[in-house]
Amino acid sequence: MDPTALYECLTSLSCIVTQTSTGLIVGSLLFLVAAGLTLIFGVLKVINFAHGSLYMLGAYIALSAYRITDSYILAAVIAGAGVGLFSIFFERFFMRKVYNADVLMQLLVCYAFILILDDAVKIIWGHEFQSMGMPVAFQAPPVFIAGGIVPVFYLFMVSAAALIGLVMWYVLTRTRIGKVVRAAAHNPTMTSVLGLNTTWIYAGVFAFGGALAGLAGALAAPVRSMSPGMGFSILIESFIVTVIGGMGSVSGALVGALLIGLVRSFGSIGFPLFVEGIMFLAMALILVLKPSGLLGKEPR
Amino acid sequence: MNASLTFNKELLLALAGLAILIAIPFIFPSRVALDFVIRLAAFGLFATSLNILVGYGGMVSFGHAMFFGGGAYAFGLLMQKGGASIPVAILGAVVFCALLGLVIGAICVRLKEIYFSFLTLAFQMLIHSIIITWTSLTGGDQGLMGGIPRVWGSINLADTQTLYWFSCIVGVICLFMMRYILQSPFGYTLRMVRDNADRAKFLGIDVWRVRLYAFILASCFAGVGGVIMALFVSGAYPEFSYWTMSGEAVFMIMMGGLHTFIGPVVGAGLLMVFNDVITRTTEYHGLALGVIVLIFALGFKRGITDFIVQIFQMIFKRGARS
Repeated sequence: MDPTALYECLTSLSCIVTQTSTGLIVGSLLFLVAAGLTLIFGVLKVINFAHGSLYMLGAYIALSAYRITDSYILAAVIAGAGVGLFSIFFERFFMRKVYNADVLMQLLVCYAFILILDDAVKIIWGHEFQSMGMPVAFQAPPVFIAGGIVPVFYLFMVSAAALIGLVMWYVLTRTRIGKVVRAAAHNPTMTSVLGLNTTWIYAGVFAFGGALAGLAGALAAPVRSMSPGMGFSILIESFIVTVIGGMGSVSGALVGALLIGLVRSFGSIGFPLFVEGIMFLAMALILVLKPSGLLGKEPR
Repeated sequence: MNASLTFNKELLLALAGLAILIAIPFIFPSRVALDFVIRLAAFGLFATSLNILVGYGGMVSFGHAMFFGGGAYAFGLLMQKGGASIPVAILGAVVFCALLGLVIGAICVRLKEIYFSFLTLAFQMLIHSIIITWTSLTGGDQGLMGGIPRVWGSINLADTQTLYWFSCIVGVICLFMMRYILQSPFGYTLRMVRDNADRAKFLGIDVWRVRLYAFILASCFAGVGGVIMALFVSGAYPEFSYWTMSGEAVFMIMMGGLHTFIGPVVGAGLLMVFNDVITRTTEYHGLALGVIVLIFALGFKRGITDFIVQIFQMIFKRGARS
C-alpha cells in the first residue's frame, strides 16, 4: 500500500495523462468484451462464461494472421470473423442444448470449453508467452499530451473501440436489425410468433458477441503478451463490468468498463495488491444497493 | 416414517462407513491411498457443504471457497500465533467461519439467483485480496509459512497414519451431522424454500432466516474441510479461497449429483481421480478434462449418483429420492 505515490501522481499532470491513457485502453478492451457478454445475456439470457477464451482465441488468430498477411488491420478483421464463426459453432452445437437448463449446466459447458480452448492454444501456438510486437504501421514516435507520453497505438485502440461502440449503438437503436434483436430480448415467444426466426437471431447475436471479443483480442495483441489462460482475468473483469453497468445494458458496459479501467490504472500506483479487491468491493456494493446495475433495467 | 428408526439406520450407515475407512490402511498400507482419503475428507466436506446451498437451498454460490480458505487460515493462525491446542483451534476456526457466514450471508441471501452467485463471488475475491494484501498476518501470496504445529498431547497429526484416522472420524461425523440436519424439519423447510419461496412465505416461514441459517451451516462445514486441508499441507495458501476452488466444488457436486446426499463426496473423489490419472497420462490435462465435463453436462445431463439412482428407480419404479 502506498497512498502517497497515488497522491504524488494525482498532483502531476503528466502522470495523470499517462495513467488515464492506460486506463482508457484497458477500458476499451473491457468494453468490447463486456458488450458482447452483456448483449448475449440480454438476448439469450445465458451467461457465456467462455467469453474470455474467445478473446484469447482472437488474440492468437490475429497473431498468426499478422505473421502471414503482414497487415494488422486485415489480421484484426480475420480475428473478428474467425472468432465469430467459432461462436456460431459453439452456440449451435453446445450452448443451444443448455439454454433451458440450470445455470450450473451452462457453467459446466463453458468451463469445459475454457479448458479445451486453453489446451488447443497450447497445441497450436505453444506453451510459451508470445508477443506480436508493435505493427509497422503504428511504429511512430509517441504523442506528448501535457507532458504525458501516449503511444500512437493507444489512440488507435480507443478510437477503434469508440467507433465499434457507435456502430453498435446505431444498429441497435436505429435499424431494423436492432429492432428485431431488441424484440427478441424483450419477448422471444412473441417475436417468433410474428414470423421472425429466433434461432437465427440467437445464433447471430452470439456470433456478434464472439466477434467483439475476438476483435478485442486482436486489439490487445500488440500491447499484451499472450499466453494460454489469458482469457481468465479478462473474463472476471468483464463480469465485474457487466454487473456494475447492469446485465444486458450495452451503455452500462461502457460506463462500467471505463470505471474499472481507470480504477485499475490509478489503483495500481497506490495499492497494487488490492486493485482486485477494490473492483470486487465496487461490484459487491452495486449488487447490494442496486442489483440491476447502474444502467440496467429493474427486473419485472 | 419412524424418525428414530431412520436416525438409527443412518447412524449405522455412518458407523459402517467409518469402519471401512479405518480398515483401509490395514488392507492397502500405501501412502497414496492414505493421502487420497485425507484430501477426499477435506474436499468431500467442502463439496457437501456447498450442496446444502446449491442442491437443498437452490442458492448457487460461486464463492464458497472463502469459508474453506477462511477455516484453513483461522485454524493455522490460531495454532501458529495464538498457541491454541488443536481442538480449541478447530472450534475457533468453525466459530470464525460461522461469524463470517453470518455477516456475508445476511447480505447475500436476500438477492435472487444469478445476483446471489455474483455477490458471493465478489465477497470471496474480496477475502482473497485481503489475504494477499495483509502480508504481515497471512504471509501474502506465499501462504502461511513455517508449518503448523500438529501435536496435541500424545496425538501427533504430522504422522500420516494418525492424520488419516483423524480425518476419517471428523469427516464421517460432519457428514452425519449434515445428513441429520438435512433430514430434520429444518432440512425440509429449506427444500420447500428452494421449490417455492412464495408459498413458504405464505405459510409463515421467514425465508430470509432459513436461507441465512443454511448459509451459516454450510460455512461452518466448509471451514472444517479447510481445517483438514490445513492439517494435511501444514499451512494455508491464498488459492484455498480463490474462485477456481469454488469452481471445482461446483464441478464436484455437478459430477457427483446434487440430488443425492453422498453425491458431492463421490464427485470429489471422481474429480480427484480424473485429475491424478489425467495429469499422469497426458500433457493436455485441460483438453481431456474438458471432454469429460462435456460428456457429463451434455451426455448424462446430471451427476453420476443421480444417474445411478434414476436407473435404479427405472428398474424398480419405487421410492422418492433424497
